[in-house]
Amino acid sequence: MKQTTLTVVENTRLADGIYRLRLAGNTSAITAPGQFVNLKLSGFFLRRPISVCDWSDEELTLIYKVLGHGTEAMTGMAVGTELDVLTGLGNGYDVSRSGEHPLLVGGGVGIPPLYGLAKRLVAQGKRVTAVLGFNRKSEIFLAEEFRALGAEVIIATADGSAGIHGLVTDGMAAVSDYTYLYTCGPEPMLKAVYADCKTSAQFSFEERMGCGFGACMGCSCETKYGNKRICKDGPVLEKEEIVW
Amino acid sequence: MVNTKVTLCGIEMDNPIIPASGTFGFGYEFAELYDINMLGTFSFKGTTREPRFGNPTPRIAEYAGGLLNAVGLQNPGVNAVIETEMPKLKQVFHKPVMANISGFSVAEYAEVCEKLDAQEQVGWLEVNISCPNVHGGGAAFGAEPKSAAEVTKAVRAVTKKPIILKLSPTAADIAAVAKACEDAGADGVSLINTLPGMRIDLKRRRPLLANTTGGMSGPGMFPLAVRMVYQVYEAVSIPIVGMGGVTTAEDVIELMLAGAAAVGVGAANLVEPYACKTIIEDLPAVMERYGMDDLTKIIGGAHHG
Repeated sequence: MKQTTLTVVENTRLADGIYRLRLAGNTSAITAPGQFVNLKLSGFFLRRPISVCDWSDEELTLIYKVLGHGTEAMTGMAVGTELDVLTGLGNGYDVSRSGEHPLLVGGGVGIPPLYGLAKRLVAQGKRVTAVLGFNRKSEIFLAEEFRALGAEVIIATADGSAGIHGLVTDGMAAVSDYTYLYTCGPEPMLKAVYADCKTSAQFSFEERMGCGFGACMGCSCETKYGNKRICKDGPVLEKEEIVW
Repeated sequence: MVNTKVTLCGIEMDNPIIPASGTFGFGYEFAELYDINMLGTFSFKGTTREPRFGNPTPRIAEYAGGLLNAVGLQNPGVNAVIETEMPKLKQVFHKPVMANISGFSVAEYAEVCEKLDAQEQVGWLEVNISCPNVHGGGAAFGAEPKSAAEVTKAVRAVTKKPIILKLSPTAADIAAVAKACEDAGADGVSLINTLPGMRIDLKRRRPLLANTTGGMSGPGMFPLAVRMVYQVYEAVSIPIVGMGGVTTAEDVIELMLAGAAAVGVGAANLVEPYACKTIIEDLPAVMERYGMDDLTKIIGGAHHG
């Protein structure tokens, strides 16, 4: 973990309620896709934990959904705003586990960390398939960016307004030969993915956090190997250790 | 040169700053960030006889003045604390540490205290009779002078180390509870623990916390802490560890003027991981600004006579 000041270089709407925030500055504490950062927002006591979508040496990209007062306030942050950020939080995904054909399954605002993962898997020559689930067509984001990486993209929408009419599990059913699965999304989706997943897998969880760096035990969960903190021992857990 | 040293129940500390229990784990997360030996001491995660997961999540919420937590005393149990956590702690922290104890019966408090009393690195035993997030324990003992005295006596019987009873702002008369602890043999009191509060999710129309209620902490609690430390100081002659929303070196001095001999820092650690380091580094300049050369001399300075 590192505390640093990052500068807003972009904060734009991507889809209904979905925004892209690019921050410039020191990203050296970020070591794996699936990690997150914790943003100090003016006027709010707790920091806001947001997963890292992608990062380079000088910049990181976050994609966030407006869910409450904090994320609503974030939409108003102007280019040039300086943010106090804790970076490099959480364990992230292990890219070495992927095999030759990793399947990435994301739902809504759970999709962004899978983009950074896909980019690194593609760079290692892996054949990446991404199943991306949304409620409706107007909420679709990042699909083109996944395609631009060279990933095969399967879209599923709950209302059938784009792609497969159904859930991410309906999209998963169309992929038979994957070697490993990585997923992130709302808990009901993760449960359904867990039930259908045919390989070993890594699941990224979300929880309300106090500190984001393992001090307060606010976001603990029970696993087969004892209690874990989503913020510090997670957010990525092994399929084999999950207790629903 | 100003003097930031204070003495708490006979043990000298380099400064009065004590990260509060539950906001600092067993120290390691912070030891990765800075040398935690600069602290006065710290109070480690509240420890019970049995391992506890605590309450279901979500167990964190926010309000304008800070946060609410309903963690519910998650800890690995006293045996694991002694066998696993304390040896690790010893690698990164070389000062006497404050052990924080909670229980669901008088006998459990005594048993856990006895085990931790035997640990060389434990300087003080902070006995939490004020956790708002567990049922049938915690705050139930701190609500009334009589039950607070019973816990104090039971713990007093098993240790010669300083015992500090951690008190609740929900007590009808916190000064009376403090006095009862003093009369029963306490070496000090610490206050305030969190204050039970509640938030409701407008979308779901249900309590935001799975536990329904949670303890409020953060800067919104600070004036309550100042008032209660001030009142308790008038009622007892044992030292007070003041806490509740402390964020700055100025807050530390304010609580000491109210009567605190040392000062806990809680919620601030969770949003500013370097909060205690910053406060300790700021203290000398703030003391000089207010014409103070020795922190010990300002304790209770706001009281008349």
